Amino acid sequence: MNLKIHSTLTTTITASQITPRVRKEKGQFSVKEPIFVTMGDQEVKLFAAWSSSFSKRVEIALKMKGINYKYVAESLSNKSPELLRYNPVHKKVPVVIHNGKPICESLVILEYIDEIWKSGPSILPEDPHARAMARFWVSFIDEKCSPAIKRIYRSQGEEREKAVQDATEHLETLENELRGKKFFGGDEIGLVDLSATFIALWLGVLLELAGVELLTKEKFPRLCEWIDIYLNCSIVKETLPAREDLLDHLRSLRRPAK
Amino acid sequence: MGDQEVKLFGLWASPYSKRVEIALKIKGIKYEYFEENLSNKSSELLKYNPVHKKLPVLLHNGKPVCESLVILEYIDETWKSEHSLLPEDPYARAMARFWAKCIEDKCTAAMRSIWRSSEGQDKVIEELTVHLKTLENELKGKKFFGGDEIGLVDITANLMALWLGVLLELKGIELLTKEKLPRLCEWIDDYLNHQIIKETLPDRENLREYMSNLLKG
Repeated sequence: MNLKIHSTLTTTITASQITPRVRKEKGQFSVKEPIFVTMGDQEVKLFAAWSSSFSKRVEIALKMKGINYKYVAESLSNKSPELLRYNPVHKKVPVVIHNGKPICESLVILEYIDEIWKSGPSILPEDPHARAMARFWVSFIDEKCSPAIKRIYRSQGEEREKAVQDATEHLETLENELRGKKFFGGDEIGLVDLSATFIALWLGVLLELAGVELLTKEKFPRLCEWIDIYLNCSIVKETLPAREDLLDHLRSLRRPAK
Repeated sequence: MGDQEVKLFGLWASPYSKRVEIALKIKGIKYEYFEENLSNKSSELLKYNPVHKKLPVLLHNGKPVCESLVILEYIDETWKSEHSLLPEDPYARAMARFWAKCIEDKCTAAMRSIWRSSEGQDKVIEELTVHLKTLENELKGKKFFGGDEIGLVDITANLMALWLGVLLELKGIELLTKEKLPRLCEWIDDYLNHQIIKETLPDRENLREYMSNLLKG
């Protein structure tokens, strides 16, 4: 695809004439930064909330790909009419608007981003079986792991005990999946790592608030190591909220125990 | 062909299993079918899906793929025949994935609640009504969710086309009527009468009896 870049000299140059910069620092993945300026026909907006792990998945992905976007901060307790217009079915963040068209649901957005912007690192692998595995693990995290953690946080007594049991089992499954790998995606961050953003930060915060110790280095050495590495990736670090801010925020929302 | 060996572990009464069978048939893919028994799962099924121990499981050249929607995308990416399950355009693909997920999440949750006759039924039915009306709108000007041909969303909506209808009947809930949801009811007729769908889905009466027994038992 030939891309017209409008420089101040009004000379159009094609993408093949641009040398992508490759930046590789120790402990971080390489990112090729395309030298784009914001193009009117590539306008990207992101409606997101700072405390939402789903929002953050998308933000990290946009940054990984070097996509310029306008960030529209939403308040979960007071959603804008624009958000409700763009996502009438679920009324939730995140929503990405690309050339005026809305895309909702974080995983749908991640796949869309990967299909449209083929420069920069890939979010999904090439091979169909590897792609199926990635989607499988994402489904596992979203439908089993995260709900179990949230149940621990929201419940008491027997219900909580059962939730802890379930969560332990699910985390053990993830621990096994990390065998021999730096990230779930292999050597680079991929779809599963992005989806596991909840586990990297929100899980620890919720368990702290619940007073439950579960994710320890002794029980889950690989998972804990993954969390350290993931949270220290420069793009992840600059995108996620500070742990203390998230802790204070969730604490302030907490309903009294029954 | 040996290097195209496809096996499917399924259950005749499972909408998830049937999704995969329909996709395989639409694509003209030859496969070997293994009928599972939920109360006595085969050791092979447990080996190929150790995480969930559920069906359907697709085995392609010895490698397992689990979760029906994951399998549908895998089938579409691996066998690029004439009939695509997902459209070419990335935005249309995103829309298809959005609707498939929406139907899966909302329909499954509603059916689970109705099945158990859990508390707050009225609210559940109200929410389901809103969801079905949303789908009614989505069908405006289209024969199928996929347009002129069946696609990912239609196959995912198996659940709604047959299983939901049977469950609502068994529970005496009047919701899927031509008066309230004309386009959706027409879609159901067109879908259930599609050649491949008709030959793949279970017979309505057999399913009704199966579900009725499960509800009593």
